[in-house]
Amino acid sequence: MAEILVQDLHKTFQTKDGILEALKGVSLEIETGDIYGIIGMSGAGKSTLVRCMNYLEVPTQGKVVVQGKDLASLNGAQLRMQRQKMGMIFQHFNLLMQKNVLDNICFPLTIQGVKKSQARQRAMELLEVVGLSDKAQAYPAQLSGGQKQRVAIARALASNPSILLCDEATSALDPQTTYSILELLKDINRKLGLTIVIITHQMSVVREICNRVAIMQAGRVVEEGSVAQIFAHPQSDVGRELVSKDSPSEGDTRTLTQDRIQSGNRIRIVFSENSSFEPVIANLILTFKEPVNIMKANTKNVGGTAKGDMLLEFMPGSTQQEAMKDYLRQRGLELEEVSDHE
Amino acid sequence: MSEAVISMLWQGVQESLYMTIFATLFGYLLGLPMGVLLSVTDQGGLSPNRVVYRVLDVIANVVRSTPFLILLILIIPITKAIVGKSYGPTATIVPLVIAAAPFIARMVEGSLKEVDAGVIEAAQSMGATTFQIIWKVLLVEARTSLITGATIALGTILGYSAMAGAVGGGGLGDIAIQYGYYRYETDIMIVTVLLLILLFQVFQMAGNAIAGRLDKRK
Ligand SMILES: Nc1ncnc2c1ncn2[C@@H]1O[C@H](COP(=O)(O)OP(=O)(O)OP(=O)(O)O)[C@@H](O)[C@H]1O
Ligand SMILES: [Mg+2]
Repeated sequence: MAEILVQDLHKTFQTKDGILEALKGVSLEIETGDIYGIIGMSGAGKSTLVRCMNYLEVPTQGKVVVQGKDLASLNGAQLRMQRQKMGMIFQHFNLLMQKNVLDNICFPLTIQGVKKSQARQRAMELLEVVGLSDKAQAYPAQLSGGQKQRVAIARALASNPSILLCDEATSALDPQTTYSILELLKDINRKLGLTIVIITHQMSVVREICNRVAIMQAGRVVEEGSVAQIFAHPQSDVGRELVSKDSPSEGDTRTLTQDRIQSGNRIRIVFSENSSFEPVIANLILTFKEPVNIMKANTKNVGGTAKGDMLLEFMPGSTQQEAMKDYLRQRGLELEEVSDHE
Repeated sequence: MSEAVISMLWQGVQESLYMTIFATLFGYLLGLPMGVLLSVTDQGGLSPNRVVYRVLDVIANVVRSTPFLILLILIIPITKAIVGKSYGPTATIVPLVIAAAPFIARMVEGSLKEVDAGVIEAAQSMGATTFQIIWKVLLVEARTSLITGATIALGTILGYSAMAGAVGGGGLGDIAIQYGYYRYETDIMIVTVLLLILLFQVFQMAGNAIAGRLDKRK
């Protein structure tokens, strides 16, 4: 059973200039544990779609079934109960500006009638998860954008939801902070088994974190599939445009398309100033006649000189690993073992 | 200035403060819920309700467009019914409350409408009820603006209370009219006016200090 099932969803708005069809028959299936991306240009209907998933917006036609429950069949109280199982985070964080971090995170618990002491304890645990334990007493105005989004994530997780809806959660953040927030979401997905729906207009976000993606245009889903598949062979015009525009630029953090299930030993290599773009990996492969998987490549412009690191994965069961590592060390690269698998 | 005049002025200050503070308190007792209802039932509010909004809207407009002195005279029967007489500081509180409530309601409505729609949406996404959103989001987030509004309300009600002096309402306004208008003792009138300005300033500074103190957005 799909975690979220969207069936032939229509949403029309009555505006001054007449009727506006924001959604024109959208169908999607989001499985438990997915990190599901919904991407499209501005006005495509992404926010409307995600707001229909917790009935902040009531669809004009069509069905939203969450964890087997048709949202249309719920009464007010049942719907509020259901929403407590679905956290949501936003582009502009939407924190209570007059409450400190701790009280913000306690908020969803207080409205459920959880005792204050218990709520505080849970909030402190969550602050630990998002790495902001020292900011419990701070007010949102005193935090950076990335920190505010961490608080918002903690708040969304407070009532132990099984789904997290993210509407442009990283669009107001710089690339570095975006990356760290995405890492956090990935972590949460893995550790808590949360299903995450990510609305974005940045293909880099999809590439970084999602396993499936739907591409929206003018109220319709024009393409849907696994991220690897869509990056490799985009079928729609919008898809092709999004993929082609997604060329990594300097300062960008970049993960190459990868097969998530694969597992071999991984190392991180760090390029020094001089050796940076010498074709050392290509030479390595030629020398040993064995491929390595580039899991992630990261290049940054630091004070005018290129610096970077790369995450390499040896073939599962490779016998030449040690020799290959020596080869890399001899070429002036720093190596680091990476123990944890993604 | 003679001791008698000074003690009369001091009594005037006390009466003015008494009327203003109690009228503001009772004004909020009526005006705050009315303002909340106005903001919640308006189009695009938390729980839009055309009928409720229109009714309150009309009441607020009618009362607000009636000049205070006329309102004061119009409701003398009501005042008598409540207080037992139609003059003096306590009686003046009744028309003050009736004039202030819609004014307060409009300010509360404005303050609550300033609250970021995103924060309200976040609360809804967590499963908050309308009542919880009013109580724990709107009134909390609008706190600073509400206090600034209360400061304005105090000042305005102080002004109204002085006007009531014209018909024997008591307080500084009464003294100003008795001495300045009927007896041409301009110096006493000037002192009462200065005292009114002073009170106004004190309200303003206290209100702004409290609002600034409680604002966590900086
Ligand atoms: N409450 C509303 N009333 C009227 N029109 C609306 C409303 N909400 C959305 N729309 C319209 O529906 C269309 C889709 O809006 P939506 O916010 O879902 O787009 P989006 O894909 O999220 O865009 P963006 O990337 O800019 O956030 C737009 O044309 C928008 O103007
Ligand atoms: Mg949007």
